[in-house]
Amino acid sequence: MSEALRKEIKSALNKVSQAFDGLGDFTTFSALSLATIIKKPSAGTMIPICFRVGVQSVPVVAITGMFIGMVMAIQVYSQFQSLGMATQIGQIINISVIKELGPVLAATMLAGRIGSSMAAELATMRVTEQVDALICLGVNPLHYLVLPRVLACVLLIPILTVLANFMGVFGGSVVCTEIFKVDPYHYWQNSRGHIQVWDLSVGLIKPIFFGAAISLISCHRGMNSRAGAEGVGKAATSAFVWSFMSILVLDFFLALLFNNLHQAIWPDNSIKTFGPK
Amino acid sequence: MDSSSSNPNFLSLQNVGMAFNGVDILRNINFNIPKGQTLVVIGESGCGKTVLLKLLISLLQASTGKVLFDGQDWCALDEKRTNEQRLRFGFLFQGAALFDSLTVFDNVAFGLRAHSKCDEKEIEKLVLMRVKEVGMKESVLGKKPAELSGGMKKRIGLARALILKPEVMLYDEPTTGLDPIMTDVINDLILQTRKNMPVTSIVVTHEMRTVHKVADRVIMFYPLSRLKPNEPQLIFDGTTDELFKTPDLRVQQFIHGEAKERTLESENHEHRDEVS
Repeated sequence: MSEALRKEIKSALNKVSQAFDGLGDFTTFSALSLATIIKKPSAGTMIPICFRVGVQSVPVVAITGMFIGMVMAIQVYSQFQSLGMATQIGQIINISVIKELGPVLAATMLAGRIGSSMAAELATMRVTEQVDALICLGVNPLHYLVLPRVLACVLLIPILTVLANFMGVFGGSVVCTEIFKVDPYHYWQNSRGHIQVWDLSVGLIKPIFFGAAISLISCHRGMNSRAGAEGVGKAATSAFVWSFMSILVLDFFLALLFNNLHQAIWPDNSIKTFGPK
Repeated sequence: MDSSSSNPNFLSLQNVGMAFNGVDILRNINFNIPKGQTLVVIGESGCGKTVLLKLLISLLQASTGKVLFDGQDWCALDEKRTNEQRLRFGFLFQGAALFDSLTVFDNVAFGLRAHSKCDEKEIEKLVLMRVKEVGMKESVLGKKPAELSGGMKKRIGLARALILKPEVMLYDEPTTGLDPIMTDVINDLILQTRKNMPVTSIVVTHEMRTVHKVADRVIMFYPLSRLKPNEPQLIFDGTTDELFKTPDLRVQQFIHGEAKERTLESENHEHRDEVS
């Protein structure tokens, strides 16, 4: 084996080893952060974070959700129209928005808006020794800084996803009924009949995992930032990149899990829907 | 002021070494700090002074050796006990490290809210007292740290560090980046703190005026990169008077702020110039 090849293999093995180290470090960080839940975080720390994560994200999530629905309607209408099924268009828009597009795109927007800001904030605190100051004052930074952010994301991202879903359904219906002049009665009647309780549940459970992933990854990146402006910038960027990738990976595995669960619970596919069967 | 008789080994470093990513920063450091003493640590940037402060309060764990506080090895303490011991310290960070998202009042009150059973009225009274002690006006209490000047930040950082009445105060370059008048104000505050409460102080500085004004004892570190493998890193340990009289050229070079390394030859030239 040549020396160059040996070096390449060694470097590749080092990278793999580093990746496992990083994964182990992230797992430990997450476990330690979640373990601090035994002591309730104070309202003084929770409220401002909830305000930033929840209230201040409303416009972004609402606009994202609405445009997802509107774009879906435009893309799907011509195909359904050519098949003479324009009144069925609501089904496809609503099911796509509620099960996949709403949760995933809302989470992606929030990873960019909240995740990057969390990572930058914590990274700045790290490099300006504010995290050290917290430790010197006898306060666990994981409990004071990380836990409230994780809780805020886990609790509020599902609620924001409901808003994104609602706005998506609304946006799609406006385009179909007002622009493409689809009969509203048939549009809603057909839509209603194809949304199942299961679909709504899946659309609400996924964001809990997305919220946990966004907050833990972003806080981990921030708390382990390198010194200087470059370190803070890198922490914010990598927080978004890793959060986004984890949303997609989680979405795949959760979709697989929920599909298998659905098959196991209702093998004959007879589950309750909101509308006529 | 030297009350070293009460506990000569209040803080103790035994064969302490510290390395980051395989690069040695501190090597085989041994010294004790008696209770009540004001120790000033000097040395070039990057020689491990701040690392030393962080080892003393267990923000970092030594790679080798032991750091003892009040007879107890930090490494032997569990998390709860470590936190309790840390509360006996106050730390004035280089950039003050005030919490950006909190007001000055909340910054100073932080330790009290986290660890005391004082009600808000008492907290307000204590915060006001500390803020006045460091020479700041009540009007700054509602401001955010970003609205303060460097000197004001340092003073608020000091008020925050003192609010829990620490037994040991660690000052990391308290006068760096300040004008000469503010430097003197901070030096006076270090002296005043020592007068008001029986505190052991460790001051890391480059400022020779601070050394003159506050030190009971001075130690000097030398960067490991410029030492031979067996040379000690602690190149001076003595009083301020001894510091200025020491024949060690490395110490003289530092206290006179000379970029060029002193040699015996240059010393003789200087001596001849002085005589002529």
